[in-house]
Amino acid sequence: MTSTSSVHDFTDLPRLMSLMTGDEKHGPAATSTLDVLWVLYDRVLRVSPQTADAPGRDRFLLSKGHGPMAYYAVLAAKGFIPEEWLAGFGAYESPLGYHPDRTLVPGAEIGSGSLGHGLPLAVGTALGLKAQGLHGTRTWVLVGDAEMDEGSNHEAVAFAGAVGLEGLHVVAVDNSSATYGWRGGLASRFEAEGWSALTVDGRDHEALYEAFTTAHPGRPHAVVARVEPKDA
Amino acid sequence: MDTMRERFAAVTTRLLDEDPRLALALAVISGDRFKDAARAHPDRVIDVGIREQLLVGVAGGLALAGMRPIAHTFASFLVERPFEQVKLDLGHQGVGAVLVSSGGSYDIASGGRTHQAPGDVALLDTLDGWTVHVPGHPDEAEALLRHAAADGDNRVYLRLTEQSNREPLPVSPGRFQLLRAGRSGVVLAVGPMLDAVLEAVEGLDVTVLYASTVRPLDAHTLRAEVRRAEAADVVLVEPYLAGTSVSYAAEALADVPHRVLGLGTAREELRRYGTWQEHVAAHGLDAAGLRERISGFLR
Repeated sequence: MTSTSSVHDFTDLPRLMSLMTGDEKHGPAATSTLDVLWVLYDRVLRVSPQTADAPGRDRFLLSKGHGPMAYYAVLAAKGFIPEEWLAGFGAYESPLGYHPDRTLVPGAEIGSGSLGHGLPLAVGTALGLKAQGLHGTRTWVLVGDAEMDEGSNHEAVAFAGAVGLEGLHVVAVDNSSATYGWRGGLASRFEAEGWSALTVDGRDHEALYEAFTTAHPGRPHAVVARVEPKDA
Repeated sequence: MDTMRERFAAVTTRLLDEDPRLALALAVISGDRFKDAARAHPDRVIDVGIREQLLVGVAGGLALAGMRPIAHTFASFLVERPFEQVKLDLGHQGVGAVLVSSGGSYDIASGGRTHQAPGDVALLDTLDGWTVHVPGHPDEAEALLRHAAADGDNRVYLRLTEQSNREPLPVSPGRFQLLRAGRSGVVLAVGPMLDAVLEAVEGLDVTVLYASTVRPLDAHTLRAEVRRAEAADVVLVEPYLAGTSVSYAAEALADVPHRVLGLGTAREELRRYGTWQEHVAAHGLDAAGLRERISGFLR
């Protein structure tokens, strides 16, 4: 399998997404995770196609597996998967489904689709890395604000806060799609459980980078990335 | 004699000392039995509180990070309540774990239906790649636990119960054991059902097979013994939902004209408390109940 050059920048992503969607223009819903994913893979995560199986790589778990075009575009841009795969999106022969399968997609740490599984898996991953002495290795998980309705996430948030699981990082992409909203803001749910939590503009790359790299000794860290409301 | 659950705690504590890849995830249940292990290995003995979705999710995450997780609670809260986590966080991720349940079908009979899990093995049968061990004695539980902990990255379910046979048999994961040969049929006893089965078939001219591992089902031995008997009549005696293994037996015997009877717990809810011994009798799984149904079925 030949891979096209991995030298891409952010401005290439719409073209890569269009290989899946057939559209040059993408609405806010399709791109809600795009800036977050790009800043993480471009500047924060210590993982590359060459280290995709290394025990000490940073882990990124896409929990909100629905609408993964932006994720696949970033994986292609960074050379984890060949650009040629994108056109087959969703087809029987394609490894790229409407929800990712980790056993089919190089670089994908988990298979997701059913909501509320990534954060508990990330808790276990962070615990497992810590138990193996991989203290510098960070675990990131992307969730959606509506996904946080799932009770399994609240089991994970309470536990991780209680034990001060410093290796765990959540980025919650908030497009105001939770059916009943989060009174007091989504960040308050993490703060109440002892997490470090910040809320930033999910389209502002510098603000995201700063929030992603803020020190949080002895606590897990959550970044709520606010983007345009889904139904706006 | 200690119970299977006590043996599990003692042996897992030792295994944690020996194997740095092993981790134990708990959800309060049995936590008091692992206090020493938790002190010795604070990063590898993880009690998540009363959070069973997280219990299985954490096991999946530990495996993704390269560990060999053991997750434990009562069967009802390990397999039934977080079933989607068992399906997705282990199976769909393509990772392994050892799930060790206690309580069986009705150890906690006085606790009522909420603490009874006769459907655990049937539920796991909807999934791919699970090995299921059903020990019939604490010694067998220990041997199967050690086997499971060292069983690569396979997905293994170890079903512990207070019910026990008087004597242990050597475990042979994946193989049924021939205990006696007869002509008028084959009776398969699973785990703790063995003593009652042997008593029930006393004086009957039947083959008795014993299984402490039911998945994979040892189709080879079952076929061989059914063909050897004069009557291709098969009785499966399982300590959980009646008929759980019937489709597996039918598959093993697809080219052998045969009859099969699946005995186990009934699907109907008893709505009774009491002791597990009373539930065994109520489901017709004591020696008298088994004898009546086995001899009624055989010709």
